[in-house]
Amino acid sequence: MTDSNSVISARDVDLTFQTGDGPVHALQGITLDIARGDFVSFIGPSGCGKTTFLRVVAALEQPTGGSITVNGMSPDEARRQRAYGYVFQAAGLYPWRTIARNISLPLEIMGYSRDEQQERVRKVLELVDLAGFGEKFPWQLSGGMQQRASIARALSFDADILLMDEPFGALDEIVRDHLNEQLLALWRRTRKTIGFVTHSIPEAVYLSTRIVVMSPRPGRITDVIESPLPAERPLDIRDTPEFLEVAHRVREGLRAGHAYDG
Amino acid sequence: MKSVLAVLSVVGALVAVWYLAAIPMNIQGALVEAQRAGVAVEPEDAAQRRQMGGLALAVKNPQVIPAVWALKRPRLPAPHQVAVELWKTTVGKKITSKRSLVYHSWVTLSATLLGFAIGTGLGIVLAVGIVHSRVMDMSVMPWAIISQTIPIIALAPMIIVVLYSVGIQGIIPKAVISAYLSFFPVVVGMVKGLRSPQAMQLDLMRTYNAGAAQVFWKLRLPASMPYLFASLKIGIAASLVGAIVGELPTGAVAGLGARLLAGSYYGQTIQIWAALFAAAILAAVLVGLLGLVERVTLKRMGMVR
Repeated sequence: MTDSNSVISARDVDLTFQTGDGPVHALQGITLDIARGDFVSFIGPSGCGKTTFLRVVAALEQPTGGSITVNGMSPDEARRQRAYGYVFQAAGLYPWRTIARNISLPLEIMGYSRDEQQERVRKVLELVDLAGFGEKFPWQLSGGMQQRASIARALSFDADILLMDEPFGALDEIVRDHLNEQLLALWRRTRKTIGFVTHSIPEAVYLSTRIVVMSPRPGRITDVIESPLPAERPLDIRDTPEFLEVAHRVREGLRAGHAYDG
Repeated sequence: MKSVLAVLSVVGALVAVWYLAAIPMNIQGALVEAQRAGVAVEPEDAAQRRQMGGLALAVKNPQVIPAVWALKRPRLPAPHQVAVELWKTTVGKKITSKRSLVYHSWVTLSATLLGFAIGTGLGIVLAVGIVHSRVMDMSVMPWAIISQTIPIIALAPMIIVVLYSVGIQGIIPKAVISAYLSFFPVVVGMVKGLRSPQAMQLDLMRTYNAGAAQVFWKLRLPASMPYLFASLKIGIAASLVGAIVGELPTGAVAGLGARLLAGSYYGQTIQIWAALFAAAILAAVLVGLLGLVERVTLKRMGMVR
């Protein structure tokens, strides 16, 4: 069922970590296709493997079984071709670089010319609504602004795929709402394929075209929900019956995962 | 204002203890001089006095106490005697004079700086190797640690003899000993600093498909700067100690170490203390200068607010 439209395609992916306390089944039998332009959220309790799966896609972890392709090649080849931008939970900006120089870091590494760097930095700073903050150092910005800068950094080199690992997890709810709205607008404008890890149900439902519900020990997929919500989503869509229904189904999926676990 | 007061009280207390300690330490000598000058002292018999403690003598001869702070060759010179000697041998002498502490300090300082440069360079190179090569981590680090367990005072004469036998003398042997002491804190600090980036930051570099050289120049090296400066401050002080120790076994005629040695040959305690203080002041100035460079550098890097 691999269709040519799928950007990320996983078949029976297993990952077992060998630890001091014996093997840990982080992922078991993950089969999933993510189509171009999808916004896919991974939701589940800690230890369900949602971050691990994202790291497998990014070739930061090697699966111990099954197969996975990104843009039709192995994740490691895709990484070498800089197929994706990765946003971590912490902004992880370098304290010794200004915001602009933080954003140009991947561009420097990838060998863009100085003019091109400046042009791209300017563009993505506008995209994340940080124009005028380029010369500031990270500590001069709030947590939410820092995270926006780190998203700009991931966007700067025009990768088609954006992998985000709980990027707003450490922010308060008001800032989070605001960033969710902005992220959605950004996704509509850029049409990137986004993999988004979260443990907030409203966040997952609000953002995604598809929601992947996972459960722990071993980490596996318990439900994949296609969102019936329209592409245009104002924040108050969260009070509509459709939204609440999807949220309910996510909650059911999470509960089922736990019941299965005993 | 409050902190100035605190600093002054500590200094005041130290000076007071110093003056008080000079009484029992120097009372024997002061009594001998007083007796020669015809002052009545108790007990009169010098042999008998030698059996007595300094405090008891001071209690019995309170009139002699002021003299303990003005002896020519005291066991423990009073603070003002050291200060006067320092003044006379720095400001009061031409810096080309063999009696000028500025001259001697420069001799030691030049070896210190050369040794510090060698030690720092070596330390950084070793740290880079250790961080990037598991083999070096396993093989070099134990030797670096062992090297610091050997007392430098035992090793210094051997270094000087060995280098002399291959025709190297002058500033180089002293600098080698300096470098020997100063490379270690730089290795330890730099290894820690180069390893300070978190797993997440290294993962981020991996997602950019960055090479080892790019990770080093763009992430590890800048991240290590605060650690480097902490190490350099320890390293420069150790360098100074190394240069002074390097002057002791050679019977060097110039340098703070030579000054210490000459002072102890001739019982010139005031000269010894003056040289000690010159060394301490020199170390303080060097560490202070490094602190300044640190502040400016980290500020320019945006790492201090």
